[in-house]
Amino acid sequence: MSVAESPKLPGSPRRAGNILFGATALLLCAWVLVPIYLLIVNTLSSPEAVTAFPKSFVPGWDFANLEFFAGFAGILKALKNSVLVAGVTMLLAILIGAPAGYALSRFDFPGKSAFRILILMTRAFPLPLLALPLAVMFIRTGLDDTILGLAIVHTTLALPFSVLITFSLFSGIPIELEEAAWTLGCTREQAFRKVVLPLILPGIAASAVFAFVISWNEVFAASVLTIENRTLTAFLLQSLDVSPMHLKFAGGFVLVVPALIFIFAVRKYLFAMWGIANR
Amino acid sequence: MDNRTLPYLLLLPATLFLCVFFLYPFALVAWQAFTNEAGFTLEHFRTMADHWKFPIAFWNTMLLALAVVPVQVVLSITMAMMVTRMQRGRDIMLYIWTIPLGISDLAAGIIWLAIFEQTGFLNSMLYGLGVIEQPTNFLSYQNTWVIFIAIALAEIWRATAIMLVILVAGLGLIPKEYDEAAEVFGASRWQRLWKVTLPLLRPSLQTALILRVILAFEVFAVVAALGGTSLPVLMGETYNYQFELQDGHVAAALALVILAISIAFTLFFLRVLRVPKGAQI
Amino acid sequence: MAEIQIRNVAKTFGTYQALHSIDLTIADQEFMVLLGASGCGKTTLLRIIAGLETPSVGEVWIGGRRVDHLPPRERGIAMVFQNYAVFPHLTVFENVAFGLRMAKLDDRLVRERVERTAGLMHIEALLQRYSGQLSGGQRQRVAVARALAMEPDVILMDEPLSNLDALLRLEMRAELKGVLEASNTTTIYVTHDQVEAMSLADRISVMHQGRIVQAAEPVEVYRNPAAHFVGSFIGNPPMNFITARNQGDGKWQVAGQQFTGPSVASETLEFAIRPEDLSLAETGLQANVRVVEPLGAHILVTCDVEGSLFRAVIDSNSRVKAGDVLHIAPEPDRIRWFDPETTLAVA
Repeated sequence: MSVAESPKLPGSPRRAGNILFGATALLLCAWVLVPIYLLIVNTLSSPEAVTAFPKSFVPGWDFANLEFFAGFAGILKALKNSVLVAGVTMLLAILIGAPAGYALSRFDFPGKSAFRILILMTRAFPLPLLALPLAVMFIRTGLDDTILGLAIVHTTLALPFSVLITFSLFSGIPIELEEAAWTLGCTREQAFRKVVLPLILPGIAASAVFAFVISWNEVFAASVLTIENRTLTAFLLQSLDVSPMHLKFAGGFVLVVPALIFIFAVRKYLFAMWGIANR
Repeated sequence: MDNRTLPYLLLLPATLFLCVFFLYPFALVAWQAFTNEAGFTLEHFRTMADHWKFPIAFWNTMLLALAVVPVQVVLSITMAMMVTRMQRGRDIMLYIWTIPLGISDLAAGIIWLAIFEQTGFLNSMLYGLGVIEQPTNFLSYQNTWVIFIAIALAEIWRATAIMLVILVAGLGLIPKEYDEAAEVFGASRWQRLWKVTLPLLRPSLQTALILRVILAFEVFAVVAALGGTSLPVLMGETYNYQFELQDGHVAAALALVILAISIAFTLFFLRVLRVPKGAQI
Repeated sequence: MAEIQIRNVAKTFGTYQALHSIDLTIADQEFMVLLGASGCGKTTLLRIIAGLETPSVGEVWIGGRRVDHLPPRERGIAMVFQNYAVFPHLTVFENVAFGLRMAKLDDRLVRERVERTAGLMHIEALLQRYSGQLSGGQRQRVAVARALAMEPDVILMDEPLSNLDALLRLEMRAELKGVLEASNTTTIYVTHDQVEAMSLADRISVMHQGRIVQAAEPVEVYRNPAAHFVGSFIGNPPMNFITARNQGDGKWQVAGQQFTGPSVASETLEFAIRPEDLSLAETGLQANVRVVEPLGAHILVTCDVEGSLFRAVIDSNSRVKAGDVLHIAPEPDRIRWFDPETTLAVA
């Protein structure tokens, strides 16, 4: 505490501490950012530059890589599949998860804790493994190698999150607001539509984005469950041995960019969402 | 709508979904792992265990988790504590630190491939510094320990963010007064961390560890991208049995092994880091 | 016309009995205050009247209509919530108009009513703002305006002033009283603040452990508490109690002094007196002074009368200090008696 009294003195322990603090923070930023930067360098250099040695640490601003990527057989279809699967996952996770989140936040009823345990159980299970039995089940029902089939598996991954996140979002809206709407002439449904929904919408959008990212990034189940209709991750994984380096990097880049944008879009909600999803 | 039936109606879709696509499939896995045409059998587990790669894959997975998770715990706690102390630039710092949250394991593997591959940035840098004369192939099967380090780095790089987010959210729930009270009573910064903050953070640490350890046992795409087949892990072997060897039974047996360790570790953390009733914030 | 009748209403949450068979009639245009400590069931009772809770048994009648199975919107009530519940995504105008729009009033009428009630609550200048831009007191005004705009038969208020600071509370209290008196509605007002209850109420229902202990006019509740609890809960400082022994013939002995009281057979009664009805005298109850607290206009003396704690509010000119031995005399017609078994008043 006595140190604080002489903050102007250069070389005081406090000042040294601050410098150390700032340096550590910047170092950790570099730790996160530099690998991404290097991927970008590789993506935006010509295929020859990617395999050249020693390598340049600045991008060559050559789009041949991405063009080659776009022209590579099957890539665009895989990209489309990824978007579709993630889109369906997002819808399913919210449509199924949000009502459950609402029920958990607004009602006390017998069986509530059983449901919570079911949700928490999904945490202890390596969910991508679900792809194995579901592969068999889907062949019987004709869901194998379809967008919907994979989206269903991804929804089991995303659903616990969407339930817990919407639960925490709904809990953040005082029930008094709904009650006030009821006393002012609303039915339960009207009160939800006119009061809760407008307030919750940004949060719902954020958790939908989260579900999208979960699906977009999933590799194992996508690789097991799709053959013709591969997603981008499945496609990249299965061509890891055979595809040239520059194609892998372009693929990695295309995988990373939307994720970066999404995380940026939901950054405000990230911590609020996890605050309660915690328990 | 009756208030007694409404909650059940709202929970119905999620419950049905989880029963059909979560509980039932896991029962199927167990069924597949323990049966053949003749009925109950342990044959698939025997096949699995007798394969020369199984113990290697098992220990690789365990060692990876052991190498990665403790580093992540320390790193994420450090970052979380730094975030709470930060006055300026907190938001931008948090955003940067949480970027890997949105990056898939496959992409992370590819990113670190760019660094470790033969004409990659690590070789280029070492060459530029004059340490080496010509590029070495770090990721060859002769150097499994380099592959191991590369995978560990990629995992630490990618998956610390999820712990960070959980811990920052958890720290946000702890009222500042506790820390200030401890300070008034003469606890140093270090003592406050160990005696006040970390014990109060236990529920979040628990969640973070459970989530993280289970993900560590599922390590797959990073390994595939960086090591190919040179460093077998459990999840990769499961994939091989299902796909290359077309033997769903052994794949199911492997899945049960992964499931068993996941549950064991979950229970372990639930026990070790439990917060007694009444001691919660 | 909206008389409210609560008939034999009880409510249990799981194994916890929040309300024990409540019977209460509130006259048309009456201002009824439900007063009690937290957990006494007053808010539960209000919420049952509002339709936000359903009673476990019993009936609620509003304006001659049985309403206990109707949703809130069909009861002809409006409510002001403790935390105001001003919708954060709507402007003040739209908040006040909310109920009117739900009732499908035409736009011109909505505008008229909103402007009139806004004028009444002095929030005309705030109509285009959002709740995030309002102070606590302003939000409170919006919440009341929103209820008044409905021109309801009944207004229910759940601790509406408890979140305001002391000065603002005083100001809003007077204003609420004026506005509600002018509005011809029946009002039920929940509070734990006895001063608020005294100043606003036509009648006060004092609640304790899920029961109504006394429902009467404020002065009556203060002067003639129906039970020990009412005397100890209302009044600051509360009533003094001490055991009296029966001497026969309506004579009772208290701390060596004799008083005239009710002629009943029981061996002991509780003798009760308000602190301001005690005065210094030559003879009277002997009191050992423990603490002396000057309050400006008066002095609050805390003393010990034969082992019982007594408080007396006495004239500020008196010279009293801790350790003194005084004699305090009760005003004879202000003495009240309670049965120690039933805790009820004995006449």
